[in-house]
Amino acid sequence: MAKTTNQGPESGAEVTVPGGGVVREDPPVVPRTHGKGEVAHETTRVRLAGRGGWVDPALESPPPSLQEMEEEPLVIAGQEFRSRLIVGTGKYSDEGVMVEAIRASGAEMVTVAVRRVDLDRREGILHVLDPKEFALLANTAGCYTAEEAIRYAHMARAAGFNEWLKLEVIGDQETLLPDTQATLEAAKVLVAEGFKVMAYTNDDLIMALRLEEAGCVAVMPLASPIGSGLGVVNPYFIREIKRRLKVPVIVDAGVGTASDACVTMEQGVDGVLMNTALAAADDPVAMARAMRYAVRAGRLAFRAGRMPAREIAVPSSPTRGMLD
Amino acid sequence: MQLNGKEREVAAGLTVRGLLEGLGLEPALVVVERNREILSRARYDEVTVQEGDRLELVHFVGGGA
Repeated sequence: MAKTTNQGPESGAEVTVPGGGVVREDPPVVPRTHGKGEVAHETTRVRLAGRGGWVDPALESPPPSLQEMEEEPLVIAGQEFRSRLIVGTGKYSDEGVMVEAIRASGAEMVTVAVRRVDLDRREGILHVLDPKEFALLANTAGCYTAEEAIRYAHMARAAGFNEWLKLEVIGDQETLLPDTQATLEAAKVLVAEGFKVMAYTNDDLIMALRLEEAGCVAVMPLASPIGSGLGVVNPYFIREIKRRLKVPVIVDAGVGTASDACVTMEQGVDGVLMNTALAAADDPVAMARAMRYAVRAGRLAFRAGRMPAREIAVPSSPTRGMLD
Repeated sequence: MQLNGKEREVAAGLTVRGLLEGLGLEPALVVVERNREILSRARYDEVTVQEGDRLELVHFVGGGA
């Protein structure tokens, strides 16, 4: 096992968990109690890094109940959402399936794109999607410059539903990775114009900090490239971004299946945004429901605080009392 | 005039609302950009399409990222 001796201000040793994240083992502080007040033998306080750094459980009083943890809303720019899952509306072959999938996902916020009216077909997505049922989050998908993204943002706002915007400026056609410099430039302009900007960005801490400073209401680092379904390729940086930012961190793009969504939420982030994982599933409605469970499970596992991972076995049944 | 990138002939004095209605579009669901500037819906009745205008009619479609 890779073990670092990185002694930060919290003097916690980091342990790399195979296939999982990094947990930090703090020096023994207080015995953890489990269940019916029984003092566990485990005296090491362990939490996944995240949620704004270290919080001594002894100082959190009273501890949140299970119900509180489950019902804790996602709050973006003062608006509460019960679901931590945001879904896109692209790539569905059938609009009826799309609406059914969105409902099955439990998402309250859905992303939409701005495009020219096709004068032969005419119908936009609002013919099937009721803006009273879902909070519309217009995106600037497909834009390659700050100027273009700003133009699309203006058109989205003129549609008259809200001032929320999922800002994305793409920097490369092959990987669809963001042009973060142009994103920051556009974010500054749009924030000044009163938009509630949720900015799609790389899993880069410095750019995430700059976007927060620019006034974005949420920062949305990618899990992996758009439409790739590769899951979280860099959980460490995702955790670091969450640990350092005050605004909500929503992981956007790259989630492929339910376990990816669960692992994403276990990093402590506030939410996850996905589209292709649902639209490209054989059964989008069933996958949407799976994602709903996965996001809730991942969030609750994060709040529960995982056990420390070790590369040695530790019996979970008593070693005393065995027959001779 | 140019409409969504294509040349189009329209009758002189046609208002934006008239144009949208002629195309079978619901004004409440469409955003009009005229020569790179958003045209507010309140002005659809007064603004007429001029020769050389470049109009973009956009709306929301399905999209994620």
